[in-house]
Amino acid sequence: MGVGIQVEQLNAWFGKTQALKNINIKMAANHATAVIGPSGCGKSTFVRCLNRMHETIPEARAEGKVEIGDLNIYNGTPAVQVRRRIGMVFQKPNPFPTMSIYDNVAAGLKLNGFHDRKRLDEIVEKSLLAAALWDEVKDTAKKKSGASLSGGQQQRLCIARALAVEPQVLLMDEPCSALDPISTGKIEELIFQLKERFTIVIVTHNMQQASRVAEFTGFFLLGSLIEFDKTEKIFTNPSDKRTEDYITGRFG
Amino acid sequence: MRTRFQQGLDDLRQRLLRMGGLAEQAVDRACQAYIERDLARCHMVLEGESQINAAERDIDEQAFDLLAMQQPMAVDLRFILAVTKINSDLERVGDQAVNIAERVMDMADLPKVDLPVDIPRMAAAVSAMVRRSLESFIEGKAELAQAVLEMDNVVDRMRDEAFISLVKAMNERPEVTRQALDSLLVARNLERVADHATNIAEDVIFWVRGADVRHNAPQEPATVQEIRETH
Repeated sequence: MGVGIQVEQLNAWFGKTQALKNINIKMAANHATAVIGPSGCGKSTFVRCLNRMHETIPEARAEGKVEIGDLNIYNGTPAVQVRRRIGMVFQKPNPFPTMSIYDNVAAGLKLNGFHDRKRLDEIVEKSLLAAALWDEVKDTAKKKSGASLSGGQQQRLCIARALAVEPQVLLMDEPCSALDPISTGKIEELIFQLKERFTIVIVTHNMQQASRVAEFTGFFLLGSLIEFDKTEKIFTNPSDKRTEDYITGRFG
Repeated sequence: MRTRFQQGLDDLRQRLLRMGGLAEQAVDRACQAYIERDLARCHMVLEGESQINAAERDIDEQAFDLLAMQQPMAVDLRFILAVTKINSDLERVGDQAVNIAERVMDMADLPKVDLPVDIPRMAAAVSAMVRRSLESFIEGKAELAQAVLEMDNVVDRMRDEAFISLVKAMNERPEVTRQALDSLLVARNLERVADHATNIAEDVIFWVRGADVRHNAPQEPATVQEIRETH
């Protein structure tokens, strides 16, 4: 099951440049929250702070409190333990090119020392089913390379790979920006179904996508969270003029 | 800045204002025709209807294109939705003007009688409502629209009074029944025009404030905090 995410006084820097300023936000468990804002507003930095990936960039650092369920991730918790709870899907599908479809999904489990072949088969099938890819690859999963799939299939493979380690939270950084409308539709439908089992945070430049998949939306601008509310409120009657100006295309 | 989209919205606004002008003119002409038993004005109202109908179709088509092609959000989305609804109300205002003109044409063949109803006063109040609702749209001011909502009760009262006094007149003087019935229908048409003006004002409030004030609708109470607490 998904867990809630609570962020308090989160600040992040790249060297001396502050990328996030005092972010406070509570994201409900088993819901999708969309993060929107113009390029450079800090939305990707924000989601990368949720799984401690921000600090992997040289000279980047983050401070504040981020609780994923009962786990305070900036409290000395090893980053690996954090990332086991939080799956991430990136803008560009990045399957391991030399691995089969099966091995792509099983990779995370194998890295964690999981080698029970029968159980692995079950988890791979379950993950590919959850990512709505099983029917398309069930006969070739062990033979074909992950790189042989179409862009949309590769992205669903990456989602299956993230789901295989049974995370509680799924972070998605513009997961459809490289996909055609059909593949985008499949991923969006998938997000809808995955909400039953995971908490989802999705960064998107596509406001129609945010309004289609997320119950809550946060608008970031210049490193600050300007407004956070129900998605329908943000897209029909936002409280802050800056949010309205952005979503109506008056700037950004 | 989405310049072409903004131009599309401006164009839509201009078209709706022209449509509003036509509807307002139709009501004024019909009322004047009633007061002066002027058949020429009645014909102008009937002939003007097709222009209003054509304007309604044009506006709907343009609004539909903007929705489909530009995928508007927030205030722009509310504006286009409000325009489509106001458009429909203005077309209905035009229909009511036609109904009034037809009553006047019926009355023209009948002897003039003195009836206990002040249609000119009611017409003035209704015209003012239409005018102010359109002003609230032009200015984008919810306060002006709010004032229109308050005027509706006054017109409703006028219609009720007209009904009581005209039914009484029909009972007491059966020979004026037809004229009284025509006047009663005119009062009812005017009251409906006032209802459409009220709808327009409500749509302006929706556009400007994002609030649904129809039928004294309560404002949505749910906040993010309340939603979180339920999960």
